Amino acid sequence: MRYRIDPETDRPFIDEFRKNPVGNHSPGLMRVLNAMRYQPDGPQIVLFCRKPFAEWQIAHMPADRRDPLIFEDSPIFTDRNEAEWEVFRRRWEAATGERLNLPLKESE
Amino acid sequence: MLKLVGYPDRYSVAPGEPIAFQISLEEGDRFDARVVRVVNGDFNPDGPGLDLPHYPSAVDGTYAGTPKRADAGSYLTVSDFPSLAEHAAFTFRATIWPTLLKRAGQTLFAQWEAATRSGVMLLVDDTGLTLVLGDGAGKIARETLPLPLLERKWYDVTVAVDRAQGRFRLGVEALRKDFGVADSGCREGALPLPLGAATGLMLAGAPEPGGTVGAHFNGKIEAPTFMDGDRIIAAWNFSEGIRSVQVTDTGPSHRHGRLVNLPARGMKGAHWTGEYHSWQAAPAQYGAVHFHEDDLYDAGWAADVVWSVPEDTKSGAYALHLTCGETDAEAMREVYIPFFIRPPRAASARTNCPKVAFLAPTCSYIAYANHGEHITVRGVERIMGRLLHFGHQDVYLYDHPELCHSLYDKHADGSGVCYSSRLRPNINCAPRYHSWLGGDGSSLYQYNADTHLFGWLAHHDIDYDIITDEDLHRDGYELLKDYRVILTGSHPEYHSTPMWDAMKTWLDRGGRLMYMGGNGWYWRIAFHDELPGVIEVRRAEDGIRSWEAEPGEYYHSFTGEYGGLWRRCGRPPNMMAGIGFVAQGFDVSSYYRRAPDADNPRAAFIFEGVEEEIIGDFGLIGGGAAGIELDCINPLLGSPPNILRLASSEDHSPLMLLVNEEFTATLPNLGGDQNERVRADLTFAETPAGGAIFSTGSIAWIGALPCQGYENNISRITLNTLRRFMDARPFV
Repeated sequence: MRYRIDPETDRPFIDEFRKNPVGNHSPGLMRVLNAMRYQPDGPQIVLFCRKPFAEWQIAHMPADRRDPLIFEDSPIFTDRNEAEWEVFRRRWEAATGERLNLPLKESE
Repeated sequence: MLKLVGYPDRYSVAPGEPIAFQISLEEGDRFDARVVRVVNGDFNPDGPGLDLPHYPSAVDGTYAGTPKRADAGSYLTVSDFPSLAEHAAFTFRATIWPTLLKRAGQTLFAQWEAATRSGVMLLVDDTGLTLVLGDGAGKIARETLPLPLLERKWYDVTVAVDRAQGRFRLGVEALRKDFGVADSGCREGALPLPLGAATGLMLAGAPEPGGTVGAHFNGKIEAPTFMDGDRIIAAWNFSEGIRSVQVTDTGPSHRHGRLVNLPARGMKGAHWTGEYHSWQAAPAQYGAVHFHEDDLYDAGWAADVVWSVPEDTKSGAYALHLTCGETDAEAMREVYIPFFIRPPRAASARTNCPKVAFLAPTCSYIAYANHGEHITVRGVERIMGRLLHFGHQDVYLYDHPELCHSLYDKHADGSGVCYSSRLRPNINCAPRYHSWLGGDGSSLYQYNADTHLFGWLAHHDIDYDIITDEDLHRDGYELLKDYRVILTGSHPEYHSTPMWDAMKTWLDRGGRLMYMGGNGWYWRIAFHDELPGVIEVRRAEDGIRSWEAEPGEYYHSFTGEYGGLWRRCGRPPNMMAGIGFVAQGFDVSSYYRRAPDADNPRAAFIFEGVEEEIIGDFGLIGGGAAGIELDCINPLLGSPPNILRLASSEDHSPLMLLVNEEFTATLPNLGGDQNERVRADLTFAETPAGGAIFSTGSIAWIGALPCQGYENNISRITLNTLRRFMDARPFV
């Protein structure tokens, strides 16, 4: 894939994602997300719903389906968008080396 | 995780008939069962909430339970095959097309007694071809021809055993020679052991201790033959009886076999020329059967709960509710197994039935049974526009691959799954199930999404029957003829030819169709002549599909009909519903904007009390009434000339993408944010016989019905239409 996330030109899309993790996104944010969501080595981050509409936790699906799912011990998210933001932050850091020390919501 | 799973022996039961439930209990030794009505299977706090009222019945009670497992993997069994140890010499020969050689020890044939380890097997894997001998006294010997084969390449394989001379010979001959590839050869040697006695024979599987069958072969086998010198012991011709699970031995002893767990038939063989594409036109070129380690037709569990449905039970959606303790965040100890009670079978007993029926799209439910693309396909998060959602049921499905696949999945060897059955737990077809594929919000898809309609019908006190796709396939037009209105589900995607014909006949004779979803009448399917509850699809030519049928394999093995899109069979969905599939996207939904035809007097009844220009800017599925999969008018595909475009959706996200059969050259603007053709059309048209068609063109439409206590403009439009459709007055 030709496109690589650029921490300078793609910076505005961080805020767009924070305001609306799931929704109708701009072409620029779509490009960033499509790059982030490509995991060529096979494992996938997924979201395990422990209690419907109440509790979620991040899990990892191995490349080989015969290997078991791996569940992260913590945190337990009570807002699914918080989990989306946590994964976005991890992927941003993996792509740019830059840690995003921002909460999902400004008030926090 | 999930502690209970099960399945019914039928999805549709008539009053006075029994229905049996097969249960696997993963924890403890007892479970409670009771029957419930299914009114709303969605516990989204933004909606009306779960509504699954108890329906007291004789079946309510506590039952003993045990864990059960499905024995997946297809094979051929020949029960009356005599012991090969009786022959002084024998030769086995077959043409094979291996597809997953990294699986160790895959059986080509086995005459094997698992308990005593007696008999003979021929195995293949990435080490080559291996002859296994067991003397029945504890000794096993393995002789290997160390020749790496290539996947998806045809080979003749041979093993000759000469007990009289005490010799064996293993041989592999590639049918195509590739430069630099040494994949033909043979090896001879002394027989290391006497051949132990065993009877019966399996191809593509071997008996294992405990009575299961394992060591399955992944790939095609053609023309397997056993010889004793020049004398045929057995020679099976897979090109005969392709519609059947019976396999014909063309040799003098007629040792016919039976295919178990539905390996794929109607598969092209080593000598397919490309001149013919139908197995009926050139059967000799379709002499292969494709076996998979992950085929499953019938889990075969014993019945744990049987309910004799009382004669006076009302038609509707029901479920068997099972519990084995308190559900919490770590373990889900309850499950709902849905089924439908249809109206009485005898037409004479249906005289007082309602004039409205919901056609439960059970073929679509079966097509999506255990849909596992979120597990087996990488990159799905891009399509969904959010993290992949796994509930307890998805984790169970991940941990239990033996429950096998939907028609959207690929087998472990990468070939497409073309058969799906309901005789196994259908994990994602249940009240409470939140689908990874459903739109943001409630995340419902197929069965559970359709419960939004059941809740709406109950709220508005509409009396209706439920009939299922399988009922329609079997009973035809006779089942529909007394209904004035048929309501579809949110995604009635799969239809057999008898189903299509029956619905069109009913429409042409004045029926009123309310198409309450999107992407309907899309794929053609076939039912099996001998086996109940299983359907076939061939993902031919084009269409939104997760796998492609191999060229030359576009015809159903069950019927011989050309498979794929109904659109490619001269019957686009527009001919049935006025509109047809145009776009799909699974992230968020949008709204409709009223179109000029909404003011046409012919449509006045539909918009009575609805003045808004924007409709459906709310919903439990993606936040709007227009989403997931969309249909629109296309006169070139059969939309009738009198069709009214009442409203169209707009402002879709870039993940709502034009479907691939709608463009030829690749376009730079496929997404709904840039493509003007990406839209759902809300439509109405009268038919010549006094009937009518109302089509919503969106899977998310039903998800908007429950909003604001079922009182909103989507609900009002639907109710206005339904009430007029129930009225006997003809439209023209």
